Amino acid sequence: MGQAIAFYTISAFILGFALMVVTTKDTVHSVLFLVLDFLFVAALYVLLGAQFLAVIQILVYAGGIVVLYLFVVMLVNLKRLPEVHEDPHRRTRLGLVLAAVVLGELAMITILGYGKPAPALANAAAAAMPVSGNTQEVGWLLYTSYLIPFEIASMLLLVAMIGAIVLAKREL
Amino acid sequence: MITPTHYMLLSAALFMIGVVGVMMRRNIIIIFMSIELILNAVNINLVAFSNQFQNAIGQVFAVFVIAVAAAEAAVGLGIILAFYRNKETVNVDEMNLMKW
Repeated sequence: MGQAIAFYTISAFILGFALMVVTTKDTVHSVLFLVLDFLFVAALYVLLGAQFLAVIQILVYAGGIVVLYLFVVMLVNLKRLPEVHEDPHRRTRLGLVLAAVVLGELAMITILGYGKPAPALANAAAAAMPVSGNTQEVGWLLYTSYLIPFEIASMLLLVAMIGAIVLAKREL
Repeated sequence: MITPTHYMLLSAALFMIGVVGVMMRRNIIIIFMSIELILNAVNINLVAFSNQFQNAIGQVFAVFVIAVAAAEAAVGLGIILAFYRNKETVNVDEMNLMKW
């Protein structure tokens, strides 16, 4: 009962703030609504028992990526809002109707097509785990079964960092 | 009782809001933020199934999605800055230097 109230409240906030992100005219307001959206998604992760992921979400998304967006918004320093002139060929209402149709399709597939879950799925990688708690579980998987993707992700971050520095430099 | 179906519907709705944002806004920064909304929708789906099967593999995948999203945001914003230095606009309709 409490879980249902929490879920509906958090999901209402998530979807409401996502709509505000997409429809606000001012870019800075949009970024701030995105921060609130990320915080409520982190609350949803706590509701699902993924506490480590909730903290990672707040640290990386709300604390890193959004700050990066704010820096770029300030550096770009828009003096006039870029959406003043409406494109005459743009069909806004048709786009919204088509998006609603696709969402209805997804909802129908989800509700009607979701059958019994596969039972014997969880025993593959959780065999010799001497630890308990969510962070230890995720850490155990990251360092034993999924070590190679972990190292590749660190290489990816290194390459992205070098690329971002090269792209944003004044003179090469 | 909150079943994984509820979480999948929330994820689908957030995904569609992100897709509408990518397709209908012309400010490139808002488009990038809508892509982050899409990635968050996928993460919600992964964590919901990780909770249902009581296996942390979904959360490990979600950690990798967050790492890739961070890398992509950094590089994408670097591209926006480099483009803004050449042509003083963030409107995607005006980013047509390669158009013949």
